Amino acid sequence: MTEPEHMKGAPSKSGLKMMSRATYFREAMLKNIFLVCAVLAVAAVALIFIFTTARGWGVIKDPGLAAFLGGTEWSSSLGRFGILPLVVGTLAITFGALMLGAPLAIGTAVFLSEIASPRMRAIVRPAVEMLAGVPSVVYGFFGLVMLRPIVAELTGGMGFGTLTASVILAVMIVPTISTLTEDALGSVPPGIREASYAMGATTWQTIYKVLLPAAKIGIIDAIILGMGRAIGETMAVVMVAGNAPQFFKGLGAPIATITSQIVIDMSYATGTHKTALFGLAIILLLMSMGLVALVRALSRLNAKKA
Amino acid sequence: MSKRWANRIALGVLWLCGLTTVVVLGAVIVYVFVRGIGQITPEFVFTKPQGVNAEGGIGPTIVATIYVTGLSMLITTPIAVLAAVYLAEYAVQGKLVNAIRFAADTLAGVPSIVMGLFGFAFFVDAIGLGFSVLSGALALSFLTLPIIMRATEEAIRAVPRFIRWGSYGLGASKWQTVSKIVLPAALPRILTGIILAMGRAVGETAVVIFTMGQAVYMPITPLDSGRSMTVHLYTLAMEGINMDAAYGTALLLMAMILFFNLSTRWLAARNRRLKG
Repeated sequence: MTEPEHMKGAPSKSGLKMMSRATYFREAMLKNIFLVCAVLAVAAVALIFIFTTARGWGVIKDPGLAAFLGGTEWSSSLGRFGILPLVVGTLAITFGALMLGAPLAIGTAVFLSEIASPRMRAIVRPAVEMLAGVPSVVYGFFGLVMLRPIVAELTGGMGFGTLTASVILAVMIVPTISTLTEDALGSVPPGIREASYAMGATTWQTIYKVLLPAAKIGIIDAIILGMGRAIGETMAVVMVAGNAPQFFKGLGAPIATITSQIVIDMSYATGTHKTALFGLAIILLLMSMGLVALVRALSRLNAKKA
Repeated sequence: MSKRWANRIALGVLWLCGLTTVVVLGAVIVYVFVRGIGQITPEFVFTKPQGVNAEGGIGPTIVATIYVTGLSMLITTPIAVLAAVYLAEYAVQGKLVNAIRFAADTLAGVPSIVMGLFGFAFFVDAIGLGFSVLSGALALSFLTLPIIMRATEEAIRAVPRFIRWGSYGLGASKWQTVSKIVLPAALPRILTGIILAMGRAVGETAVVIFTMGQAVYMPITPLDSGRSMTVHLYTLAMEGINMDAAYGTALLLMAMILFFNLSTRWLAARNRRLKG
């Protein structure tokens, strides 16, 4: 969006002396100060990337890149730092959270955007916003004291594991997916809805055959960002996953994720162990950057199509 | 199945989705409230935890939470607001703006545990601030920067253009227009963004546990270590000690978040009324 010429403030280089020299310098200086602030955001990301990489780079030498990325055992006492069990744990819990959370979130968004009366909307929308604000440690606590005993009853274990973590994460990603899906539905032109209703379609047919396909890319964006939230979530998972770095053994068996392993080990890790934890942080950073890049590529695709 | 029945069933399912969301929130709030309300006494709020079972109150953790959040807001807010002013008012679309936006998006997506490890490696270790309120506040600033930046940019863009034209028409300079016309008009929404960021900072655990440490003293100077309410709740719950205090801490945390949420709502309503 470029601004029209007459909005760019008083001309500085034209012959018209509309601005005193002092004003001109002050304006230019302020502009540069703002620019520096904006560039700080870039510097922040660079700093995070550089420092995390610098501290985790050692995994290439010890335990070695192959043993790190391809290792099937994470055990600090044996000095083995293979991330595969943790990656599988993260994927299992994220997958479970998406299976439960995405339909609920998209359903809620469709409800808010297409069905709910203004009064219902005034109840449900604040609830969704509030869910986004609940601290993750409170979710974890709730999962620990409320949900875990129920899961223990169902699966016959202690209740720590994939199922409990997935359910808690599902609730946590509902606001992310729901808000973005609602935005996507809101940007579908009303004329399309009217055309569908005019053809005699029911509300559900309009939603299913017209609105959801029209908002498809926005909804995919929403799910990807929800996935990012689930992959990166830490405290809630630590409190209910059971934190055993082993491969998926069933919904009720304890499991560990990349994030939970960092929290558990960080309190006592030294040497190679600590380097490996920073190596895990690099993996997380790359995952989240990849997802952000994917969302941006998708929205560019969307903009080109429209 | 007739299309009318399919419609009814599908709409029923969508209703159920909407209601489930409300019920889940209600369950969390009611559960924490019922189990925690008995704990909330002046003694609990103002005294410090004692002994291996963390008996007594959580006073220092409340102070540490407010301290680190306030300090972090003092650091982030000016930078984030000015950066947003640049993006919304000054920047010409191009590579640089693209890079800034990508950076802000990435920053918003960085998992908090990575932010915590980075804060530990950079502020605690490399710069040598140690486990301290200052380290925690600086690390939290990385987390809240994109939130305030995005809210401010949207707020500025929502200010109608003709107001600016009026200002330029009267001979005001760019900065005069921005500082006297645009920012005041955008203020309520900027405040909403700041409150939202404060909520995130108060509820954050993974960042502060590795930067502020876990000392249960009352932090006085910014270089003191401290334990936030979230870290306290985490420790109590994981070690299974003094669950009553855990419920009380969870309730106070929820009350703070609820307060922030209601403030943004009140601001938005007031803003609508003033404009209406």
